[in-house]
Amino acid sequence: MGIMSEKEQSTTHKIGIYLWIWGLLFVLSFFSYMVDWYQLQGLLRWSLILIFMFLKAGLIMAFFMHLFWERYALVNVLLWPMTAIGCFIFLMVAEFQYTVFTRLFYFVVGGQ
Amino acid sequence: MSDPKIEGYEFKPGFKGMAQDTGSDQTMFKGVHWGKAMMWIFLLSHTFIFSCFLISYMKGRGSTLIDWPNTSEVFSLHVGSTPVPLLLIAIMTFVLITSSGTMALAVKYGYEKNRKMCGWLILATAIGGLTFVGMQAFEWSKLIHEGVRPWENPFGAKQFGSFFFMITGFHGTHVSIGVIFLFIYAYKTFKGHYDEGKRGWFTTMKGNYVEIEILGLYWHFVDLVWVFIFAFFYLW
Repeated sequence: MGIMSEKEQSTTHKIGIYLWIWGLLFVLSFFSYMVDWYQLQGLLRWSLILIFMFLKAGLIMAFFMHLFWERYALVNVLLWPMTAIGCFIFLMVAEFQYTVFTRLFYFVVGGQ
Repeated sequence: MSDPKIEGYEFKPGFKGMAQDTGSDQTMFKGVHWGKAMMWIFLLSHTFIFSCFLISYMKGRGSTLIDWPNTSEVFSLHVGSTPVPLLLIAIMTFVLITSSGTMALAVKYGYEKNRKMCGWLILATAIGGLTFVGMQAFEWSKLIHEGVRPWENPFGAKQFGSFFFMITGFHGTHVSIGVIFLFIYAYKTFKGHYDEGKRGWFTTMKGNYVEIEILGLYWHFVDLVWVFIFAFFYLW
């Protein structure tokens, strides 16, 4: 137990870092709300939404969920499977484009 | 935090350390409590569930030829007589981030063995979560009154309702379960179960403040999922 409590002491972090991250999350949420408030459209809207989303997700995972301080063996086991999700998104984008294409196509040609 | 059964492990940074841990023919996640590793794997599987929901939403929304409802109008609230777009959703987001912050601090104070502070912060987190669920119930009943159903809605494409209820409902269920556990853990913290090493009810594991961190991981995950739902469902 002696070794354990020594380790635990070394794994706590200064309160300042949590407060900073907390503040940043508020600011980023506020910005992403502003994207809707000012009704930005098109590429600007999508890119801003995605940037703020990934920044928030990254901050939560890195600091609130302590991944920044975890060992790489754990971090990599958690993050590599996300590439599978990326592939799935890629496949489904192709799929919905095909669905839209067939719907429009048979709407013009007429289905038999 | 470290597993006392693994002795003499050396912390090596970076990919070299990862290769050594992975190929060490012993416990792979060295120094990581088994409960924490299992919680991470549980959260990974849930990442896939929520991803499937959001991807099916993308597919449904992308393949419909009818206009998708304008979310900033559908989810607007009237303050006086002027509609404010996405007001409730913005407040819900801030409440959830607040509760995520108090949870992070609870984990910190837990490891510092500050029982009172840890307990109060967990309680604050639970109340934040409860507020969130309450606002979600309000949002659901408002939309149901306006005629949104899983099979139809008056605003646009019919798929909107089914995706809305499924995605936010599944997320809300997670929040609710989290709130229940937060109250239980607040009680256990105030009782001093983690200081005394009292065993829990479904486990023979001795109480330890690492459990607060495991609970915290779950709670932050709920917040993390909301970040994605907020971006893709409400803002997009």
